[in-house]
Amino acid sequence: MDQLIEQIVTGLSIGSILLLVALGLSIIYGSMGIINLAHGEFVMLGAYAAWVFHTYLGLGLLASLVPIFLVVATFGWVIERYVLSLLNNRPLDTILATWGVGIMLQQAVRLMVGSELRYVQLPPALADSMNVFGIPISSYRVFLFVVSIALFGATWVLMNRTTVGMKLRAIIQDRSVAASFGINAKRVYALTFAYGAGLAGLAGALVSPLKSVSPDMGTGYVVDAFMVVVLGGVQSLAGTVASAFILGELSGGIAFLQNDTVAKTIVLLAIVVLIRFRPEGLFTARVRA
Amino acid sequence: MSISRRTLLRNTAALGAFAGAGLPHIWIKNADLAYAAGGEIKVGVLFSLTGTTAIIEESLNKATLLAIEEINAAGGIKGSKIVPIVEDPASDPATFSEKARKLVVGDKCVSVFGSYTSASRKAVLPVFERQNNLYWYPTLYEGRECSKNVIYTGAVPNQQQDEFVPWLVKKFGKKFYLIGSNYIYPKEENNYCKKLLEKLGGEVVAEEYVPLGHSEFSSVINKIRSTQPNVIFSTVVGDSVVALHRQYKAAGLDPEKMPMASLTTSENEVAAMGGEAAAGHFTSAPYFMVHKSPENEKFVEAYKKRWGADKVTHFVSEACYFQTYLFKQAVEKLATSDLTPPNIRDAVKGQEVTAPQGKVRIEPENLHTWLWPKIAQAKSNGQFEILVEAKDWLKPVPYAAYPGQSCTEKGLVEKS
Repeated sequence: MDQLIEQIVTGLSIGSILLLVALGLSIIYGSMGIINLAHGEFVMLGAYAAWVFHTYLGLGLLASLVPIFLVVATFGWVIERYVLSLLNNRPLDTILATWGVGIMLQQAVRLMVGSELRYVQLPPALADSMNVFGIPISSYRVFLFVVSIALFGATWVLMNRTTVGMKLRAIIQDRSVAASFGINAKRVYALTFAYGAGLAGLAGALVSPLKSVSPDMGTGYVVDAFMVVVLGGVQSLAGTVASAFILGELSGGIAFLQNDTVAKTIVLLAIVVLIRFRPEGLFTARVRA
Repeated sequence: MSISRRTLLRNTAALGAFAGAGLPHIWIKNADLAYAAGGEIKVGVLFSLTGTTAIIEESLNKATLLAIEEINAAGGIKGSKIVPIVEDPASDPATFSEKARKLVVGDKCVSVFGSYTSASRKAVLPVFERQNNLYWYPTLYEGRECSKNVIYTGAVPNQQQDEFVPWLVKKFGKKFYLIGSNYIYPKEENNYCKKLLEKLGGEVVAEEYVPLGHSEFSSVINKIRSTQPNVIFSTVVGDSVVALHRQYKAAGLDPEKMPMASLTTSENEVAAMGGEAAAGHFTSAPYFMVHKSPENEKFVEAYKKRWGADKVTHFVSEACYFQTYLFKQAVEKLATSDLTPPNIRDAVKGQEVTAPQGKVRIEPENLHTWLWPKIAQAKSNGQFEILVEAKDWLKPVPYAAYPGQSCTEKGLVEKS
């Protein structure tokens, strides 16, 4: 019984990290329809920003979260404004463009700060472990869980309760009609992309004390993020949350019973089979086309 | 003196004949000398500067170049300068093979220093065997290889484990949890570890492999909690090492009761995970940065001076450094006209050099290296404390896990 609870808690923790990483992609891919292959590199930029703030400015991780969000969001804004919008956000062109941007970001970081693994300190206040339902678990993982839920909440409010969110939803439904109502589609797109990029940056900064920081760290995360978004269903924020936790529990559970290599294989296989029978993902928001 | 037409013709013909006989001789001689032409000895340096393993290979490139610069500054090898030709194989085995061919065939390098991963070594091996050139491989590896075209200066399993495993059993207990990255090196090391444990009456509670680059260890940590081993024997590599240590620490496990014993965690990885996550865990290797010897002081000081005060040296970069000096000694033994890769190989057999770790020697039988095993514990300041030093250097036995097989000068010999 103890082991079962322990495993469920572990799954929640893995799921919250998946959610954190996938949230930004869910906004960009789900809402704008842009397949952003540079998503992993935004995650990486966030982790490096955390390292820079810590090493050169002496800022702790928690204190630097807001600046990191702004820095990576600015990157996203520039890329949307000067690369993607010039391609009119056409899906195929943007895949290639974001892939190229990703490679450039990766190599730029490598050239500027070198390819060694970098160290981001765990916030000292969260360095210990605590008991959850009698299970010892790292305080930092609990913190990540809370943050990921909070960020999801903030994103949901932004999409559904603010003017920007309403405008975005209008554009998604019909760009030309929205534009004829006086909505500046270009500006809303740029802001949305920047927000998604900023979220990815935050994810990178937040996972960096548990994992490692290197120029090619994004590669793994972009795969995870796409798995979550595709399984959850495009255009469905709640679906992203559900699928993040399903995948977390599934891969944690299989890894416990078997091992991580098997878990990775089975989870990928399950997603492929599921997509075959439900191409729209598990949860789909109903949108009038 | 008048020259008749006939004499002229005869003389020209004679000259032609002389040239015909003479020139090829000159050509062949030049081909012989090409390895040391114009007071230069060309060597290849083949470490990834981009891609996944650049993280570590960059430091190997630096240590090799440092040794070459030192040798050149001290007058080169018998007046000839070593000219390093640096290529970037981008962490990709196919590119390794392509660049190796370029260095050997195109640039006519007399030797190449390179590789960190076993995959990249296996990829270049056919090039060096076909061209009968010489590859210098500085990394600890899984053994079970016997080539006349590779000098192995890193540790093989018996040199890392023969002392380590019995010491761990005695100090902490017999229950081992084996965890490694999912490829050949961890599997062979664990194979040998299981043999040793069998002899010691130890027990393997789990043997597990995670994908390369894996960074989520929560389930592994749960399993460790439920199986309660005495020792976690780790051959996880690269950035996974960092993630494993940090998550172990964050989960509140105690290295005093259940330490990780690693064959792959060096100063390099410790710097990336932070001293607090590394503290208390053990590593077995022939070299640590804190090792006290005049040679090591000189090496560490020179390395920091050349590449930056925040840089660390570790057990693979040390091998890069001393193997370049072994190359120098071997070349010194040869006449300039005899400078060919096979001759260097024969000259390096039995060569000794005082490396930062102590005096090392190339075993003539299998071209591996006699090394000084050490056991050390990581400290929170990011350095190690050496707890056990071998009293004697240890012979390399690349087929230690395979009784009946041994690597000799004639190649792999199997006793039935």
